[in-house]
Amino acid sequence: MREAIIRLESVSKLYPTGSGNFRAINNISLVFTKGEFCGLVGPSGSGKTTLLNILGSLDTPTEGTAKVLGRDIGKLTHKESAQLRNYHIGFIFQTYNLLPVYTVFENVEFTLLLQRKTAVERKKLVMDSLEWVGIADKAKSMPAQLSGGECQRVAIARAMVKRPDIVLADEPSANLDAENSIRIVETMKQLNMEFLTTFIFATHDEKVMKFLDRIIHLKDGMVELDKIINKTS
Amino acid sequence: MIALKLAIRNLTGAKLRTFLNAAVLSFAFVVLVFYMGLLDGWNRQSKLDMEAWEIGEGQLWSKSYDPFDPYSLQDAHSIILTSYNSEIDRGNITPILLVQGSIYRQGTLINIIISGIEPKQRLLKIPSRVLKSESKEVPAIIGSRFAKVNGIKKGDYVQIRWRDKNGTFDALDVEICNIFKTNVSTVDNNRIWIPIKRLQEMSGLLKEATILVTSNPNIDMPPTDWIFRDKKYLEKEIDNIIFAKKRGSIVVTILLLSIGLLAIFDTQVLSIFRRQKEIGTYIALGMTRMEVVKLFTLEGSIHSIFALILATIYGLPLLAIIASTGIPMPSAVDEMGVSIGEKIFPYYEIGVLIVSVLIMVLAATTVSYFPSRRIGRLNPIDALKGKIK
Repeated sequence: MREAIIRLESVSKLYPTGSGNFRAINNISLVFTKGEFCGLVGPSGSGKTTLLNILGSLDTPTEGTAKVLGRDIGKLTHKESAQLRNYHIGFIFQTYNLLPVYTVFENVEFTLLLQRKTAVERKKLVMDSLEWVGIADKAKSMPAQLSGGECQRVAIARAMVKRPDIVLADEPSANLDAENSIRIVETMKQLNMEFLTTFIFATHDEKVMKFLDRIIHLKDGMVELDKIINKTS
Repeated sequence: MIALKLAIRNLTGAKLRTFLNAAVLSFAFVVLVFYMGLLDGWNRQSKLDMEAWEIGEGQLWSKSYDPFDPYSLQDAHSIILTSYNSEIDRGNITPILLVQGSIYRQGTLINIIISGIEPKQRLLKIPSRVLKSESKEVPAIIGSRFAKVNGIKKGDYVQIRWRDKNGTFDALDVEICNIFKTNVSTVDNNRIWIPIKRLQEMSGLLKEATILVTSNPNIDMPPTDWIFRDKKYLEKEIDNIIFAKKRGSIVVTILLLSIGLLAIFDTQVLSIFRRQKEIGTYIALGMTRMEVVKLFTLEGSIHSIFALILATIYGLPLLAIIASTGIPMPSAVDEMGVSIGEKIFPYYEIGVLIVSVLIMVLAATTVSYFPSRRIGRLNPIDALKGKIK
């Protein structure tokens, strides 16, 4: 049994609305272990992104406790949650969110700069990361010069360059064609197996689901089904 | 250091936007420096002219002399000490005798001050050499403004009236043998300059003077009827005018700086809306909100550094050329009675430049910080979704 790196206990997230509170996620208890390749699946408004945001310490639960790598997300200061994200959590966004004025290399290098790594270390790590995703030759390109698939590869390289414990991917294939979607997920799967990084996706892409070891179906903010498909160890 | 590196990278990456902001700010800065240089140049020129034409390195005043009270002139004269004679001969002291008088021109009686000056003096720029005349006629020189206002030309004879020491009125025709141009109104307006010896004879004030202009600021002064007025005292009035002018220039300074700073402020406000996904990404990648605030504030500050570099590239040669060639003043200014040179040479004081640079950087930082503070309060999830309103 692999170690648990994320524990959610009775987590709810409420948003105030005109007619009371809206429960985006409702009393969810889950455990994620190291090296999982897992997907949060469900229709729009089911709470996938809200759950990812809490796991990524971008948001806090209204009720319950969410512990990531032993840290209680609800009790972290801004600085502590920033450090958690910087060292341990990688993000992949649907719209890539690459910094437009930076080159591919600089985009990937960004988190390492925040970690105050030396230039030599940064260069090695960035180039390794770009090699993994197969776009080392585009290191000097600007994001605007890349295709959607290439942009998402840069985003993966950026998420992986710091060798995080967890990568959170919000609809990573939503803006990609079928061929690119499969390639991207294959790349992530390889990295997952190589580094035992936990990948958690929010997706409703069937092509992505085929690669998942665990699928958590969410509906109306609650876990409808938690299904382990294929254990990696 | 990282924030600085990122800010520079962001700005250089934003190319045209950064260039336009820096260009506007640099233009405002160059105009500001030029304006302040113009004021300083004007002030400096006024002081130098005043020293050259009127006050030298200081003046000894007859005890009763009060330049703001024309009625005091009648008694404002003292015997020139014999101990000063050698200094007068060497040209280190120029005695001036002032006597109240009047002329009748164009149907109007005009009050004047008849000013006696030693023709051979070289201490002041007043062209007194032309007053060396062997003829019986009394030679006189006047300033161009006084000549113009009263329609006096070179070669004209002007009848002057005065009272001698006993209070008796007397009159005499003087020949205008030169009209000089000066920026110092007090040696021009309503002044007729004649040889001091002639005026002493005319007024009966032999060997007396009202003012002794000296080239020595540490003149030896025995206890007598004379009071020494140093340059600081004599320039007090012009210093006050300069101070008032500079205070008034603050408004122009604020207006000029505002033009450039408005561009930065506008950019910063727009940035928070336009770059909200970027802000959300920074936070997701591990920056704290305050680090993002710092980054955006620094970007604003660095605009001012870029503006300074840009200003140095085109402004420095431009200002240097203007400083050497000067700016011609329209003759209308002179006609309005404002004492001003034909050209003003801007003068740039290093202290003023440093203060201007500091003010600009500080102001740019401040106007960048205020909109950026908003980042500290925003929700990173809303930022990532681009939902900030």
